[in-house]
Amino acid sequence: MTTTSQRYETVIGLEVHVELHTKSKIFCGCATSFGAPPNTNTCPICLGHPGVLPVLNRQAVEYAMKAAMALNCTINTETKFDRKNYFYPDSPKAYQISQYDKPIGEHGWIEIEVNGETKRIGITRLHLEEDAGKLTHVDGGYASLVDFNRVGTPLIEIVSEPDLRSPEEARAYLEKLRAIMQYCDVSDVKMEEGSLRCDANISLRPFGQQEFGTKAELKNMNSFRGVQKGLEYEEIRQADVLDSGEKVVQETRRWDDAQGRTLSMRSKEEAHDYRYFPDPDLVRVQIEEDWMNRVRASIPELPDARKARYVSVLGLPSYDAEVLTSSKELADFFEDSLQHTSDAKAVSNWIMGDLLRYLNENNLEMSAIQTTGQALGEMISLIEKGTISGKIAKTVFKEMLETGKAPAQIVEEKGLVQISDEGAIRGIVEQIVANNPQSVEDYRAGKEKAVGFLVGQVMKETKGKANPGLVNKLIVETLNR
Amino acid sequence: MSISIHDVEHVAKLARLDLTDAEKETFTEQLNAILRYAEQLNALDTENVEPTTHVIPVANVMRDDEARPSLPIDRVMLNAPDEEDGQFKVPAVLE
Repeated sequence: MTTTSQRYETVIGLEVHVELHTKSKIFCGCATSFGAPPNTNTCPICLGHPGVLPVLNRQAVEYAMKAAMALNCTINTETKFDRKNYFYPDSPKAYQISQYDKPIGEHGWIEIEVNGETKRIGITRLHLEEDAGKLTHVDGGYASLVDFNRVGTPLIEIVSEPDLRSPEEARAYLEKLRAIMQYCDVSDVKMEEGSLRCDANISLRPFGQQEFGTKAELKNMNSFRGVQKGLEYEEIRQADVLDSGEKVVQETRRWDDAQGRTLSMRSKEEAHDYRYFPDPDLVRVQIEEDWMNRVRASIPELPDARKARYVSVLGLPSYDAEVLTSSKELADFFEDSLQHTSDAKAVSNWIMGDLLRYLNENNLEMSAIQTTGQALGEMISLIEKGTISGKIAKTVFKEMLETGKAPAQIVEEKGLVQISDEGAIRGIVEQIVANNPQSVEDYRAGKEKAVGFLVGQVMKETKGKANPGLVNKLIVETLNR
Repeated sequence: MSISIHDVEHVAKLARLDLTDAEKETFTEQLNAILRYAEQLNALDTENVEPTTHVIPVANVMRDDEARPSLPIDRVMLNAPDEEDGQFKVPAVLE
């Protein structure tokens, strides 16, 4: 990879869409469930039949307010809905109900951490709108099948300031945004299911230049990794264009994950003349002080606050706290564990090590695991009490993750209780030492490593159940006799 | 304020309307007549009148978040020009 960062400064702004998990759609009573058979969650309102009237879902407004507040936005006490006009088969009305000049929230910010440095990223605005339908192209691209189930699902669009300076920062911002939405419980925020979507504007400019370079809009980045990869590709592409003395063309480009590159979408001219105007079917929304206060009171402790608490109260390293609080499920799991052990660092090690590795290796989400935080806490307390060794615990934890059985039950069923009986271990130690005269000689010749080998042999003999500290002590005793 | 033939062409394009040259001229004239009519409003003093998007002083008409039964799929499809697998089938729009 060329070092574009040395020649140009990258400027990125993200537009993020988050589906709010209300039970019903934003302007009608159709259900919003994901995965229903095509067009079964539709009615005359969301199908755009003539003469129907939309009625605003109060919960959607509250979720949008909650999200805006969590992103430190100023709430507009007077807000309204506008029609964004465009012709495309995914929109049955030929307009999308959105918000133009009076969004729910404006002028917010969040903090991200990249390479140990904290940076504040501005949020231009957060507005509420309805989602569009889903198209599947068939007949060799000559026809499209339209599923309108998603039409009318409440969405918030969160627009950032062009404050991001690298693909890595963009990813950190997106991950932080997801965490905040998850903590606020306003959305499922799953990129793979489309409840979190991200478009990016990216441009390059020579260092020191004030004005922005010409930007490209990037679409179709369907994963966090995709967002970072797409932006990294675009950074290099634009640098190459600039280096060759040419100009970057302002256009929309699509990230092709399989090919690992961005492709021009050749948008039509005049495509962005949406002719916004206030929707006459919807009256204005007034957000009174007491409504605002009620919503504000419903915002739970957010990731940054939790992270700070893990560091200051629980004494965790900043890195651990960052990873644990990156998702609410992980943070809750961690806190549940602490009901049974006070060793926060031990819990953190198990989560960041064995748990995350298990999820990665099996490509699983937290929601798919069988065990609970409480169970992990119980397991750690078994180690603390000396019932099982740390090594055996790895086997126990894996079993817990796969079956959901309680740690004590697994230990009992598999006979994994640690052997701490000195007499029993001494017998095995003496036998092993007797069978390995070479190791004994090595030890006497000053090769300390021989002890490790002998410990390994005893552990093997006891199927890992012998208390390793005790084994070590007895071997040294026996060798020195 | 007046509307040119280019404005009509632009709006017609946005609205996916295919107009003949004669129609373009007719609509340009008609739209300008409507604007001239509306211009009578300029005679009024609106100095102390707050801009509004609605004439009725009503705010916050909202419903509770409750899901209700949707339309049966056979009725949803009544207006489909063509269908396949319970979905509306339309000519592809190439971007």
